[in-house]
Amino acid sequence: MSNTVNDKIKTFDTRTDAKVPVESPLAYTYRNSGAPAPGQASRAVLRERPFLGHLTLRGGAIVLDEALRAVLDMSLPAEPQSLIYDASGERSVQWISPDEWLLIVPGGEEFELENRLREALGDAHFAITNVGGGQTVLDLEGEAASELLMKSVIYDVHPGHFPVGKGVTTVFAKATVILRRPSEARWELVVRRSFADYIYRWLLDAGAEYAIGVEK
Amino acid sequence: MFYIYCPYCGEHREEEEFHPKGEAHIARPSDPESCSDEEWGDYLFFRTNPRGIHHEMWIHAVGCRKFFNITRNTASYEILETYRMGEQPSITDDSREPLDVAQARTENTPADNLEGARA
Amino acid sequence: MNQLNRLDRGGRVDRSRELSFTFNGQSYRGYAGDTLASALLANGVDIVNRSFKYSRPRGIVAAGAEEPNAVVQLGSSEAGQVPNVRATQQALFDGLAARSTNGWPNVQRDLMGLVGKLGGGFMPPGFYYKTFMAPASMWMTYEKFIRKGAGLGRAPAERDPDTYDHVNRHCDVLVVGAGPAGLSAALAAARSGSLVILADEQEEMGGSLLDSRERLDERPADQWVADVVTELSAMDNVLLLPRTTANGYHDHNFLTLHERRTEHLGETAPEQEGRRPVRSRLHRVRAGRVVLASGAHERPLVYGNNDVPGNLLAGAVSSYIRRYGVVPGSKLVLSTSNDHAYRAALDWLESGRDVVAIADARAEPSGELVEQARAQGIRIIPGAAVIEARGQNRVSGARVARINIDDFRVEDEGELLECDTIASSGGYSPVIHLASHTGARPTWRDDILGFVPSLVAGVQAAGGVQGIYSTPEVLVDGWTAGAEAARAGGFEALEADLPSVEMRRDGEAVALYQVPHQKATLRAPKQFVDLQNDVTAAGIEVATREGFESIEHVKRYTAMGFGTDQGKLGNINGMAIAARCLGRAIPEVGTTVFRPNYTPVTFGAIVGRHCRELFDPKRYTAMHQWHVEHGAEFEDVGQWKRPWYFPRRVQGRQESMHEAVARECRAVREKVGILDASTLGKIDIQGPDAREFLGRVYTNKWAKLAPGRVRYGLMCKDDGMVFDDGTTSCLAENHFLMTTSTGGAATVLEWLELWHQTEWPELEVYFNSVTDHWATLTVTGPEARKLMSEVTDIDLDRDSFKFMDWREGKVADVPARVFRISFTGELAYEINVQANYALHVWETLFAHGEKYELTPYGTETMHVLRAEKGFIIAGQDTDGSVTPEDLGMYWAIGYDKPFSWIGKRALTRPDTARADRKQLVGLKPRDPGVILEEGAQIVFEPEHAIPMPMKGHVTSSYYSPTLDSGFALAVVKGGHHRMGETVYLPMVDGQVHEAEIVSPVFVDPKGERQNV
Repeated sequence: MSNTVNDKIKTFDTRTDAKVPVESPLAYTYRNSGAPAPGQASRAVLRERPFLGHLTLRGGAIVLDEALRAVLDMSLPAEPQSLIYDASGERSVQWISPDEWLLIVPGGEEFELENRLREALGDAHFAITNVGGGQTVLDLEGEAASELLMKSVIYDVHPGHFPVGKGVTTVFAKATVILRRPSEARWELVVRRSFADYIYRWLLDAGAEYAIGVEK
Repeated sequence: MFYIYCPYCGEHREEEEFHPKGEAHIARPSDPESCSDEEWGDYLFFRTNPRGIHHEMWIHAVGCRKFFNITRNTASYEILETYRMGEQPSITDDSREPLDVAQARTENTPADNLEGARA
Repeated sequence: MNQLNRLDRGGRVDRSRELSFTFNGQSYRGYAGDTLASALLANGVDIVNRSFKYSRPRGIVAAGAEEPNAVVQLGSSEAGQVPNVRATQQALFDGLAARSTNGWPNVQRDLMGLVGKLGGGFMPPGFYYKTFMAPASMWMTYEKFIRKGAGLGRAPAERDPDTYDHVNRHCDVLVVGAGPAGLSAALAAARSGSLVILADEQEEMGGSLLDSRERLDERPADQWVADVVTELSAMDNVLLLPRTTANGYHDHNFLTLHERRTEHLGETAPEQEGRRPVRSRLHRVRAGRVVLASGAHERPLVYGNNDVPGNLLAGAVSSYIRRYGVVPGSKLVLSTSNDHAYRAALDWLESGRDVVAIADARAEPSGELVEQARAQGIRIIPGAAVIEARGQNRVSGARVARINIDDFRVEDEGELLECDTIASSGGYSPVIHLASHTGARPTWRDDILGFVPSLVAGVQAAGGVQGIYSTPEVLVDGWTAGAEAARAGGFEALEADLPSVEMRRDGEAVALYQVPHQKATLRAPKQFVDLQNDVTAAGIEVATREGFESIEHVKRYTAMGFGTDQGKLGNINGMAIAARCLGRAIPEVGTTVFRPNYTPVTFGAIVGRHCRELFDPKRYTAMHQWHVEHGAEFEDVGQWKRPWYFPRRVQGRQESMHEAVARECRAVREKVGILDASTLGKIDIQGPDAREFLGRVYTNKWAKLAPGRVRYGLMCKDDGMVFDDGTTSCLAENHFLMTTSTGGAATVLEWLELWHQTEWPELEVYFNSVTDHWATLTVTGPEARKLMSEVTDIDLDRDSFKFMDWREGKVADVPARVFRISFTGELAYEINVQANYALHVWETLFAHGEKYELTPYGTETMHVLRAEKGFIIAGQDTDGSVTPEDLGMYWAIGYDKPFSWIGKRALTRPDTARADRKQLVGLKPRDPGVILEEGAQIVFEPEHAIPMPMKGHVTSSYYSPTLDSGFALAVVKGGHHRMGETVYLPMVDGQVHEAEIVSPVFVDPKGERQNV
C-alpha cells in the first residue's frame, strides 16, 4: 500500500498484494444461478471481465485531455458518446458527460495512474474517483448479441446508430448500464456491482432463445 | 412516451432516461433572509400550470446526469426546444408562431373541452 | 360433422391439411389457413355467443378485428386459457379448443335469454351510468350478477408455461397495415434505403387484396402481394411483422406493436429444438415517421333484429367466400347504400348459391358492379332497404321496404323475402383508432361519410384510413406516403413503380345509418348499434331524451364502444342516430376518440420478462452469500436485500424473530455484533469548495471539521423539512466522504447535483457515487476494540482513535478505512473495504470473533438499538413535515452560519415556528408488555367524543431487551414541553393504551458507551 496524502486530497490504494480471497460481483451469482457453458448452438456468449481498474475523471476536457496524453498517450474523447481504446486495446476512456469520463485500465494500474494524473493535472479543478470495486465489465459476443440487447436496453443498438467506438449510459430492463461497442463483434456492459446479478440473470433469461453461454 | 433531445448528449433519448423536476427558471432568492414570508412562500410553493407553452426542468438521470430545460406544450405534449441550464428559452408564450397542427387540434376543436371522454 | 358451407375449391385454405377442433365441446374439422370463424361458418355453426345484456343469440358478423360477437375463450388446458379472443383473428390449429364466453348455462339454451325477452327491463339504457351514480356498494351486487350471466372470459388459474418479452426498436418508417396502401408505402420507403417496419395484424399480409375481384398487372391481386412480400422480406432494411397489431400510438411516435408469434400454432408455444419459443412479444417502436395504412371497416346498417345470426357485413361475406372458400348460407339478401357491397352478391352467386335480392337504398343505382349484377340476373330493388330481419336462432327472412332517407320513414309495406343470410353495407369507416390515441381529434368528411384522422407531426395516413377506397388510388396514395416518410428521414425517394389496375366506375353512395321502420324506434324490433355492448338505436334515443347531447356522454350513458369493442362497428352509426335525434349534423354531436389498446393484448406481452425472479432488481451486497448460508431472513430496503435477522436453531427449534432480535440486541449491548451496512449511500466529494458546499446543504457547521474527523449532518429541503441524514468524513482539506441513508443514495446525489448545476455552478466541487465500490462492515459492542485489535494494524488506542475519528490501515490484510461512528450507541467501528475483498474481511472477523461471541445482526436489531438511542431514520421518524427543531436537534442547526443554508429561511416562517408543531419524543407505555403500533394516533383526551382531536402518531416502536419493555418514538404536538405527561392511543379493537412522554433517548443518555 502506497497511500499518498497531499494536503488537499486523500488518495487510497484499495488493492492489496496479500494473498487474500477476492470475489467478483458475479461470484455469488455463479454459485446461485449457474453459468451454462457456451455450445455449438450458442448465438450469444457472455463473459465477465472482473477486477479491472475503473476511474471516474471529472473536470474540464482540455486539462484532462492534456493530462491523459501526457500520462497514458491517449486522447480524451471530446464528442458525446464516444469511446477510445489505446493501441493494446486494454485501456479505454469513454465520454460520460460534458465533465465526466470513465477510464478503464488493467486491474492494479489504477492507483499509480491516478497519482500520475493528479500530478499532471496540478492545480486544475478536477476530481478522480476510484470506482473499480463498484462495477464490473460484461462482454457480450455472438451473432444474436444485438438482438439480445434490443430485448434489454431501450437505446437503439442498430449498427447504423451504434457504431464501433460508441458508448452510452442507458436503461437496461429495470437497471442501468453503460453500454459500449469496442469492436464489430463485441459489446461491453459496465454494470454496477449490486445490479450485476440482476443483469446477468436477465441476459441468461432473455438469451435462452439464442442458447446463450457463459465463458468463465 | 417522450423522445427528448438532451442538449448535453446531443441526441434524442427515451423518456425512461429522464426525470422531470418541475417548473424551470425558479431561482432561489439570493438573500433569503431579506425575503418576506410571502416572497419565500412564493418561491417554495407557487408554480404556474399553463395550458400550452411551459418551461420545465428535467434531468438526464440515466445518462449524463445533467439538468436542463424543456419548452413543452402541455396540451399537445410537443417538445419545442431543449436548452442548457443557464440559457434562456427561444420560444415563449409571447413568441408563439402561427398554430401548427398539434396546437390546432388542441385549440380549434370545440368538442375538445369535453374532458375525460374516451372509450 | 361435414363442412356443409365449404366450397370445393377457391380460397386460400389448404384442403390437403385437415385440422380438428372443438367449439363448446363439439368436434369440428377445418383446414390450414382457416380462422376459427371461417371454420365455424364452414361447419354451419350459427350461434357463437349470447349477447352481453339481453342474452340474445349471436353469430359471426365480420371477418376481422371489428368482429363484435365471436369473442371466445380459448384453451383445452387450464394453463392454456385465453379470454377475449376474436374467432375472426384466431388461426385454426389442430386441437384448438374454444368456448363461448357469454351464455349461461350454454349458448343454445340460455336462461338469461328470458331476461332479454322480458323487455330488457333488467338493464335499461343508462344502467351503467345510473349504477355508477348509485352508492358504490350497489355496484358490487350488480357486478357479480352481470359477470355470472354475461361472462367476460376468465384468466387461467394455473401458471402460464409460456414466456413473453419486449423488444425495443427504432426505425425510419413504421408502416401500420399491409393492405394495398401499406404494402405500397413499405415498398416506396424500403427501396429508398430507409429502415422500415411493416406490421400487419392478420395471418397473411395483403389486406383487401387477398379477397379482391380486381387484377393487378393483369394478374390476380394476391400474386402482386406475394411478389411484394417476397421482395420486402429479402431486404436487410425491412422488418416484416405479420400477426402483429399496432395497439397503441403514444407521444412522439412511440408505438407498441403486439406480435403473436405462436398463437397460430397452439394454445401454448410448441417446443422447438427443446425450447419453448417466446409466445408473444411487445415491440416498443420509436419511429422517425409513421405511415398509418390501417384501412377501413365496413359499416353495417342498423335495422330491426340485425343481430340475429345470419346478419353479416357484406365485405365479410366476400372475405369468407374468396379467402376461405366458405359460403356462410344458402340464400342471400343484400342491403346496401353503395356499389362496393355488390361484390358480396356477385361472389355469392359465383359460388353457386342463391341471391334473393339486393335492396339498394339509392333510387338509381348505376355503377359497374351494379351493371354486372343486373347482367347476372340478380333482382335489384332500388330505393329500398332491409328494415327488419326475421328468425330466432338464424335469419329466416328479410323484410324489404322502400324507404325515404331524408324524412326517415318507410314508404310502403314492403315484402318479406325468404333467406338465411342478410349482408349489409352502409359504407366504410376509416380505422382512425391509432391516430386518435395521440389526442388528435378526427375530422368529419361529408364526401366519404366518415371521420378521417387529424395527424400529429411525424405521421402520414394512406389509403382507406384517409377515405380513399379505389385500389389504383390507394396504391398511389400508399406510395406517396411511403416516399414522403422516407424523404423526411433524409432518404431519396424513387419514382413510383406500381402495377396497373383498372379504375372501377362506381356510382355515388348515399348516407344511410339507421334504417327507418314502420314503427317508431322505441317500439320497433331492436335495432342494434353496438352488438358487443347491446346498445340499440332506441337506447341512444333515450339517452338524447334524457339530455345527453354529446356523443361522449351518450357513450357513457349507453356503454356504446366500451371495452374490447372500442366502437369499431358501432360508433359512427351511434353518432348518426344521436345526430338525427338531436336534429344536428354528425360532427356537431362531437367527435370520437379511442384509447389503447386497439384489440386486447395479453398481460404476458405487457409484462414481458418483468415478472417472477426478474420482476424487480434484487441488489446484493458482497457478503450476501454468507448471509444466505447463515440462515438470514431478508428484508427489502428499496431494491436491496438486507439481512433482517439471523434466527438460530436452539434446541432443535428455529428462533422466532422476537427471540432472535432480543439475542442480537443483547450481543451488541454486552459483547460484540456485526452488521452489513454496505447499502448505505456513499458519495465521494472533491474540490476546493467542497466544504463550502457541505455547509450550504447541511443544517450544521462544516467549516472546522478537520481531516481525520467525522460529523453527523442533517439535510433539509428549502421548506425546512428534514429529508436525509448521515455522516460525512473529512478525508483531506478538499476531500469528503458523505454517507446517506440506504434509500436516499440516489436522491441525495441528485440533490447535490441539482444545487451545484442550477444554483451554485461557480463552486468548484465534484460528486461521485462510491456506494457500490465500498463494502461497509459495522463492528459494534463493548468487545469491538478487542476484536478489531486482532485483525488490524490501525492504532485503536482510545485517545489516538477517538469517537468520530476515522483512520486508514489494513483490516484482515485488506486496505481499509475505519470510522468510529455509532448507530447503536456502543463502541463501534465502521470498516470500509473495496467490495471485492469484503467477504474475506467479514469471514476473518468471524474467525477471530468466536471468543467474543461475535454475533451477526440484521436491520431489525439495528432499528431497536438506534431507537433506544433516539437516533432517527429519515423517512420513518420524519415524513417531509418535520423540521430539525421538531426533532429537538438544535445542536445540529447552524443558525449563525454565514450562508443561508438550505432550509434555514423556512425555519422562521410562522408555520415552522409554531409552538404546537408535532415534535419528536419518546413514549413509554404504562404497560411494559405493550408494543405500540407504528402509525397509531395519539390523543390527549380519551373520553373526548369521536372524532377525538389527534395530537400525534407513533413513528417507531419496538421491544427493548435492554429495558425489558416496549418503547416508542413518536411525534406529538408540543411534545418537547410535555415531558412526563400521559397520552392515549385508542386502537381499532377498542383498547386504549396509555403512555408517558419521555426523552427519545432511552439508553445511555450521556453517550458514554460509544465514547469508550
